Amino acid sequence: MKPEELVSMMEKARADSAAFKHEIRVCTESGCMSLQSDTLLKTLGDEVKSRGMTDKVHVKGVGCMGLCCNGPLVKADAAMYQFARPENASAIVEGLSTQPVAELLCDLQQPFFTRQKLVVRENSGNVDPESLIDCIAHGAYQALLKVLTTMTPQQVIQEISDSGLRGRGGAGFPTGLKWATVSKAGGSTKYVICNGDEGDPGAFMDRSVMEGDPHRVLEGMAIAAYAVGAENGVIYVRAEYPLAVKRLTKAINLARRHELIGHNIFGTKFSFNVELRLGAGAFVCGEETALIASVEGKRGVPRPRPPYPANYGLFGCPTLINNVETYANVAPIINKGAAWFAQIGTEKSKGTKIFALTGKIKNTGLIEVPLGMPLRDIIYDIAGGVPDGKEFKAVQTGGPSGGCIPAELLDITVDYESLAKAGSIMGSGGMIIMDETSNMVDVARFFMEFCMTESCGKCVPCRVGTYEMHELLDRICEKRGTPEDLQLLKDLCDMVKQTSLCGLGQSSPNPVLSTLRYFEHEYLDLVKQAQAAHGDQSHAATGEHIELEVLP
Amino acid sequence: MTSVTLTAESITLQIDGKDISCRSGETILQVARENNIDIPTLCFLEGLTVWGGCRLCMVEIAGSPKLHAACATTCAEGMAVSTTSPRLKEYRKMIVEMLFAERNHVCSVCVSNGHCELQNMAVKLEIDHVRFPYRFPRLEVDNSHDYMRLDQNRCILCVRCVRVCGEIEGAHTKDVKGRGVLAAIIHDLDQPWGESQTCTGCGKCVNVCPTGALTQRGTAVGEMTKKTDFLPYLTLMREAKS
Repeated sequence: MKPEELVSMMEKARADSAAFKHEIRVCTESGCMSLQSDTLLKTLGDEVKSRGMTDKVHVKGVGCMGLCCNGPLVKADAAMYQFARPENASAIVEGLSTQPVAELLCDLQQPFFTRQKLVVRENSGNVDPESLIDCIAHGAYQALLKVLTTMTPQQVIQEISDSGLRGRGGAGFPTGLKWATVSKAGGSTKYVICNGDEGDPGAFMDRSVMEGDPHRVLEGMAIAAYAVGAENGVIYVRAEYPLAVKRLTKAINLARRHELIGHNIFGTKFSFNVELRLGAGAFVCGEETALIASVEGKRGVPRPRPPYPANYGLFGCPTLINNVETYANVAPIINKGAAWFAQIGTEKSKGTKIFALTGKIKNTGLIEVPLGMPLRDIIYDIAGGVPDGKEFKAVQTGGPSGGCIPAELLDITVDYESLAKAGSIMGSGGMIIMDETSNMVDVARFFMEFCMTESCGKCVPCRVGTYEMHELLDRICEKRGTPEDLQLLKDLCDMVKQTSLCGLGQSSPNPVLSTLRYFEHEYLDLVKQAQAAHGDQSHAATGEHIELEVLP
Repeated sequence: MTSVTLTAESITLQIDGKDISCRSGETILQVARENNIDIPTLCFLEGLTVWGGCRLCMVEIAGSPKLHAACATTCAEGMAVSTTSPRLKEYRKMIVEMLFAERNHVCSVCVSNGHCELQNMAVKLEIDHVRFPYRFPRLEVDNSHDYMRLDQNRCILCVRCVRVCGEIEGAHTKDVKGRGVLAAIIHDLDQPWGESQTCTGCGKCVNVCPTGALTQRGTAVGEMTKKTDFLPYLTLMREAKS
């Protein structure tokens, strides 16, 4: 494609969509589709056709609009409808020319919508992810055009560095620095990899970005490839995300057909190819060295670092690995400038972050807020607080590597530094809210079970340590634990954290450590109850839990 | 101006307070062993690629908050390494105890009794009891091969056998299945060893196995001795030939 073609394509697409008097957008992401939003989309289309309004009303499927708990969501001109079912199709179409359907209306002025700041998700809910034309009409590939025709790779890296963007996969490594390292690494062949192996329980931010605006991810990767001098890209997505895989495959095919990826993009010397690789769903494959091993066709286990992938990555070549959300931040930074991005967020954590709200909370779904927003505002304003008149107890951030933040720390701001100070991490952005009915030892046991089953088994501390920690937590939960068990659990946490090979093992004790830090009384209560039930004896002396087996 | 090309840059560092010089690119473990400083290992074996799985060789490096695996960390100028500290000793003990708790290591009926690296390690680290709950899994013994046996009960998943099979013999018969504590050594596509089409029957895996997991059939308690020192010679001979 020539640069002029992109502009003319954009203008034509915009004129085409302006010719319609009305537009109906139906969320077609996994959450709403599980409630038949795809049938709704089809029924709406049929309804429009049967009324002979096809030249006036444009019906399209779009990405996530955020308030997943009230889905399926439909946007008809300025009105937003919630809980829309296929049988409401006729009323919705009718409402376009008369009054909006009152009983389905969703208030767009509630804090859930007004307090968000959309950067990554600005097009999600507006564009049809399966239509390249529609994405181009909303500005897709403009940043790539700007980069390829007016900027040098060094300028791109400088722009990303100046923006203060940090990796959105969890650790928060400065993205500009990572790009600079890869660009300086020797070797003629380099790779860029997009890490879409989102596996934290209760997290679906990356899925939403890939399903709702796949071209933005591709564009970010192409810009990164240009900056670091790579010609090949790999998107690693878990096979449990079939819709994301389908949309990405379609996006890659369309972009390739229109020569937005491929040889000599926009007539420049820059060539870039993207390949999609499916992961079989092992959590550890989100770790960069394990991910690389998996892409290479090997067993997905991590290896000791250094050498870091920036120097020795995929097939031994310098490799840039970033998270989906990180790449999705690139195009807005290039389009609007580093200064614009840097004024969002805090001193050290710039920009916005998507969070997936789940658990005991009124508004479950996806939000994007500026970093540095107080946790209280997220929980009570945006998410609407805890339902059924229950008390808020804690919020778990960062998935199995993160920790629980108790109610007394609700006034901390949400950014990389303050979450780490509170004993948790930003992680990829999952937030699981718990109310007074949750037992924190049980929560720790749940996450430990996750780590135990997801440990790859390569290093001993993680493989056996997570099993032993789970066993001890199980004892304490089932009121079989002794004070010695609790001490042993603490010792194990320290040892696994210090000696494990990769991030999965090193961070697996975090849910235990953070619940011990803020809710130690719950552990002690359970141990006391155990002692009261069995006398002041250890579990061994009570005769239970001794299983003698005949050894081979 | 003349330019000097340094082919093998030499480095000086301190290990346990002792000043030592080494070549650049050498790992802490290599250098320590050359200088008679003992760092315990189980998954490491000279002649095979570094695995970094047993975590027994963790050492402290001054100025770094983390621990580092000596087998996988290359020496750097001015590094001050400490291989023993009460903390490291405690971690190592815990790791070996965990290995005992993980599967069914019953020394008194094991063919490798007295010649077992795991047993020797436990003696060296002065382990007299295991503080962790035992797992007591029910595991298979693969007796299908004509003269070799795989006893999963005694495997510590160091994957020396997998590496020697792939890297030295070039057969890649052995690999690992499963995740976490359920991981296990397999042959081909998880077939009985005796039915394997790729196994050459070379026996290298038996000789590199640190425990009684891979043994020769027909051995009784304590009779199985292993020859692990053939690997460096093999590698040297191959290098000399090529």
